Amino acid sequence: MDAPVLDVKGLKTYFFTDEGEVPAVNDVDFHVKRGEVLGIVGESGCGKSVTSLSVMGLVPSPPGKIVGGEILYKGEDLTKANDKRMRQIRGNDIAMIFQEPMTSLNPVYKIGNQLIEAIRLHNRWDKKKAWNRAVEIMKLVGLPRAEELMNSYPHQLSGGMRQRVMIAMAMVCEPEVLIADEPTTALDVTIQAQILDLMKRLNKETDTSIIMITHDLGVVAEMCERIVVMYAGKVIEEASVSTIFKEPKHPYTVGLIQSVPDMRDKKDRLYSIPGTVPKPGSIQKGCQFAPRCEHAFDRCFAETPELENQEDGSRVRCWLHNS
Amino acid sequence: MFAYTIRRILMLVPVLIGMSLIVFFLIRAIPGDPAQIILGQQASKEAVAQLRDTLGLDEPWYVQYFIYMKDLLTGDLGNSIRTHAPISEEIWPYFAATLELSLFAMFIAVVIGVNAGIISAWFQNSWFDYVAMLLALIGVSMPIFWLGLMEQWAFAVEFRWFPTSGRESILNPVDSITNLYIIDTIIQGRFDQLQTVLRHLTLPGLALATIPMAIIARMTRSSMLEVMRSDYIRTARAKGLRMFWVVYKHSLKNAFIPVLTVIGLQMGLLLGGAILTETIFSWPGIGRYIYDAIGFRDYPVIQSGILVVALVFVTINLLVDLLYAAIDPRIKYQ
Ligand SMILES: Nc1ncnc2c1ncn2[C@@H]1O[C@H](COP(=O)(O)OP(=O)(O)OP(=O)(O)O)[C@@H](O)[C@H]1O
Ligand code: SF4
Ligand SMILES: [Mg+2]
Repeated sequence: MDAPVLDVKGLKTYFFTDEGEVPAVNDVDFHVKRGEVLGIVGESGCGKSVTSLSVMGLVPSPPGKIVGGEILYKGEDLTKANDKRMRQIRGNDIAMIFQEPMTSLNPVYKIGNQLIEAIRLHNRWDKKKAWNRAVEIMKLVGLPRAEELMNSYPHQLSGGMRQRVMIAMAMVCEPEVLIADEPTTALDVTIQAQILDLMKRLNKETDTSIIMITHDLGVVAEMCERIVVMYAGKVIEEASVSTIFKEPKHPYTVGLIQSVPDMRDKKDRLYSIPGTVPKPGSIQKGCQFAPRCEHAFDRCFAETPELENQEDGSRVRCWLHNS
Repeated sequence: MFAYTIRRILMLVPVLIGMSLIVFFLIRAIPGDPAQIILGQQASKEAVAQLRDTLGLDEPWYVQYFIYMKDLLTGDLGNSIRTHAPISEEIWPYFAATLELSLFAMFIAVVIGVNAGIISAWFQNSWFDYVAMLLALIGVSMPIFWLGLMEQWAFAVEFRWFPTSGRESILNPVDSITNLYIIDTIIQGRFDQLQTVLRHLTLPGLALATIPMAIIARMTRSSMLEVMRSDYIRTARAKGLRMFWVVYKHSLKNAFIPVLTVIGLQMGLLLGGAILTETIFSWPGIGRYIYDAIGFRDYPVIQSGILVVALVFVTINLLVDLLYAAIDPRIKYQ
């Protein structure tokens, strides 16, 4: 068993706003191994983006702050790393692709300028060598007419192309871990499939570990080996993809799986979990999912369950499966 | 970009025609016979008639306008009634004095204002931010006439750090080539004179710079704050870029676009403000030139002076537009 490249333990990231404390990430545990694709799923607002920004050390501060836990990158705790060390790690060891391809590139600089900047930040290369590397990576991510694109501005590219540029920029320094925060949500379906294929290929070819953040279980089924389910700032289940789809344990995961549209049986109505995600911090006591859970019993409202190991190797945070 | 520049300049033609028409009729709308007013009530009939003839006042207005435009296009602004010298030659030293003062003031305003805005945004809610924005708030509401007088009293009269008035030392005058004295002294290698010239520029320059500096600082700060929240700034940081470059490369170029508008507007207002400041510091600028002409009812000079100032406004606008296109690739050149 090799040690995980990235190991997040008990991460807590709170926002201290005028309306009070918002525990956006409140006890998140997961790890990624070398070359693995890990999926993180959960409804909108459950803290997926804040988790990834915490790993990058880019939580907007103020109002945000990591208040607890550890982020171990090859054994080094990033929550204690200084600014200089974090800058070395960002882009070079851990890179990130964002949810918003349309606005994630600087509109007033050419694509080439932005790519070469990323390369020369972490490598002492001359302009020529950096330029060649940039063209090479653009070809690798399947961008046509790479040389010409180097001299284009972001507004001249489509959303899919921009996201490819973002992927190229993230991959250009060959990071150990790539965090992809809903890389395809803003794109249309055919482009989505292409981008996912590309990421799968890059993962195979470069052995980069990928953390795939999404609320689309279809994407997870396609891409990932292991999956972490988040709910209201907490990890509530972690298991291999096959276990999750065959035997989901947490009632929330069960609901999620049931709400995936299934092509084979043409049910008229999709199942959807009743109720809505609670505002972070609004439920102080007991299981966060209790108000929406059809299996909830007394204990669920009184005590907060922990993430516990199961016999089949998965981990679940639910009193039905915990002792 | 070249075609865009040409097109932008051609678009000025109707503006310029409109401007010349306004100036032309404004002067003629003043009640009374200009020739009589110029010469005074005691003047003889013959003298008035002769002046009317030299001024072409007996022609119908469109003929007058046609002649006026023809002269303008050949660079002939007419002659001053007071000095009889051609205005096109006489006006330049005055104009250059105002231009130098305004550019000097704008330079100070931009360098200090933009940087203060950037640092305030970067370290939002720090003591620097609070102090800078408090000063900016005071700055925008400062009457520059009063500020100029105060500066003059404190730094020129009481402390004697700076000269009270003028552009140069009377005992050691600058040999003018371009009439922009900073340039003149540098090309002649007269660095002793350059120092005197800069000392003369300091007080009126600071008085003039105050309001634009404050407005630019506030605009830069709010524009930077907005840009620094944007997704591409997060991308720049995710690359591992140090904050200095995130701020001065990635944020500033975007944040500068609205600041440029403000600089353009303020540059126009500065020329207006220069006229007040010129009075306080006896600056031999275009404001003084027009002001003296008004006292003397020197109509051709008033007319040409106003036209030149208006032309400068239009030119500033043009420059701002061209700079927009240079900074922001999303502005389509069409
Ligand atoms: N700057 C902020 N200030 C205050 N609260 C914030 C801030 N950013 C995020 N939050 C809170 O953190 C919670 C989690 O947000 P996050 O963006 O991580 O959700 P997400 O899982 O990525 O959702 P989505 O699927 O919509 O991207 C949200 O409920 C939000 O209220
Ligand atoms: S702990 Fe109780 S409320 Fe929470 S998911 Fe399990 S059964 Fe439902
Ligand atoms: Mg998100």
